[in-house]
Amino acid sequence: MSASAVIFYVLASIAVLSAAMVIWSRYPVHSALYLVTTFLSVAGIYVLFEAEFVAAVQVLVYAGGIMVLFLFVILLVNLKDTLGPRVRLHATFSSLIGTAVVGLILYVYSQGRVPGSPGAAPMLREGGNLQAIGTSLYREYLLPFEIASVLLLVAMIGTIILARQKT
Amino acid sequence: MDPVLERVIVEAAVKIALVFFVVLTTVAYMTWVERRVSAWIQDRRGPNRVGPFGLLQPLADGIKFLFKEEITPPHVYRPVYLLAPILILVPALLTISVVPFGPALRLFGRDVPLRVADVDNGVLIILAFASMGVYGIALAGWSSNNKYSLMGGLRSSAQLISYELAMGLAIVGILMSAGSLRLSDVVARQAEHGWNVLWQLPGFVVFLTAAFAETNRLPFDLPEAETELVAGYHTEYSGMRFSMFYMAEYANMVTASCLAATLYLGGYHVPGLQRLGLPQNAAAIVQLLAFGIKVAFFLFVYVWVRWTIPRFRYDQLMNLGWKVLLPVALVHIVWVAFIVLMGWA
Amino acid sequence: MVEYAPILIFLGVAALFPAATLVIAWAVRPSRYNKTKSEAYECGVPPSGDARARYPIRFYVIAVLFVVFDVETIFLFPWAVKYRALGLFGFAEMVVFLGILVIGFAYAWRKGALEWA
Repeated sequence: MSASAVIFYVLASIAVLSAAMVIWSRYPVHSALYLVTTFLSVAGIYVLFEAEFVAAVQVLVYAGGIMVLFLFVILLVNLKDTLGPRVRLHATFSSLIGTAVVGLILYVYSQGRVPGSPGAAPMLREGGNLQAIGTSLYREYLLPFEIASVLLLVAMIGTIILARQKT
Repeated sequence: MDPVLERVIVEAAVKIALVFFVVLTTVAYMTWVERRVSAWIQDRRGPNRVGPFGLLQPLADGIKFLFKEEITPPHVYRPVYLLAPILILVPALLTISVVPFGPALRLFGRDVPLRVADVDNGVLIILAFASMGVYGIALAGWSSNNKYSLMGGLRSSAQLISYELAMGLAIVGILMSAGSLRLSDVVARQAEHGWNVLWQLPGFVVFLTAAFAETNRLPFDLPEAETELVAGYHTEYSGMRFSMFYMAEYANMVTASCLAATLYLGGYHVPGLQRLGLPQNAAAIVQLLAFGIKVAFFLFVYVWVRWTIPRFRYDQLMNLGWKVLLPVALVHIVWVAFIVLMGWA
Repeated sequence: MVEYAPILIFLGVAALFPAATLVIAWAVRPSRYNKTKSEAYECGVPPSGDARARYPIRFYVIAVLFVVFDVETIFLFPWAVKYRALGLFGFAEMVVFLGILVIGFAYAWRKGALEWA
């Protein structure tokens, strides 16, 4: 096994294990910390696949941004007994969706359409993958990029309206 | 093992050991500098008993921290409480790994660049590591289970994320001119076309202000504003764990100074050095020293500002971040874009 | 990918340093338990109520705004790097992108989401 394969399997097992711990741990803070661990190890896997820009974005947006949001909720709200019937309903739905997604992934994998070993997809390597992303994002995928800003706008306005509702 | 990888690892290990030594020494001596400069500004003497000019003071402080009793209050949430100082210190130290300290030295027949890692996404990596610093602070505040700590942790996290934005947006101007996220490219660009500070002054001011807020330094040290929050998120910490918050703060100051020097003051570039025609190694050492002087300048500014500008109120701080720095940074981006488009820079 | 190896080693050393320091401190420091030492400090009186009470929603709004602008900044980075090649076209598309977000920012400002007093 090459060094990168070893690193891949270490990172992948950390990611999967801590993802499992996100679900298993009883305290929201532990779940949050495990989720950060998952994000970071996935970022490491991205680096391994030469997708360095995506790795940095993963850390910056998911671990540094969205998780801070989760953390704030944990910090701001005293989550002691929240396992009400509504949460159970949510849990049922999400486990159904989760099972479906896992099934889909396994199906695609069994069809042999996904490369099974690390070290694949160095296509972004030419001239640094940031350059490649810049070119395709701002030339070919111009419309999705501009629509992304509308999405962000909706998120911003939505939060403000939700936050104002009860004050 | 792959010989290329082995060479990379050996070279990296030596460099990492050196960088660690230098950073930790700087951090230790920064406490001495801070106290001496503060004393000088306030017309006092400052620490001058331990060794000549009090130079052994940091050593004495370190030993004292090591031997201090550590009290873990019974009301804290232990696992997170014990982990938080480490979560603060690690990203603070890690950011220095992509900073270029100088050009390459010629050693043992090959060029050894004076930096730990020179990666494509240097700027992004720094921002990514810096964004990890918020966890330690928020969790330290939360796990202490104390109103001051929680309030301090919350305030601090909100402050960090607010100023992170301003900092990220200010840096975009640099990237437009350098056309790369690699820090050595940023330096090379400035060596050719003049330092960024000369034509990106608004960005520089935004960056520097955000750097002060990111490091929780006066005038933005609200999370630990002792008059209202005792000591903020580290109220309940003592002994070595307490000192880790301080090490992280000073390490962050060092990194922020390195970044300010690299992004705006030309990094290790010395104007007119090429004309002297020095041999490679001599030139590299001069540039390394120049970088050190630039970093030292920013570190001095940190202390200087501390005794010049009084602390902001929290609402003023958030107003400054969101209503002044953010709009200024956005306008600055459009302005730099316009200049670059016109081909003036 | 190899150029990231030093960062990985650096991470290891950076994690080892606080761990080692704490172990040394744990080995040499005294530990004399005392009930008074471990009491919560709250202006000299016994603390009242749980520290984990509810806190203002403003912090949450700030966090969401942060995520939005963080994503925006991420979009700006590759654009800034490719800017010279994109030219006037790139300038126009970013003005549109930023313009849409500035609308949201102005809305947040007007609705008082940025007020703290």
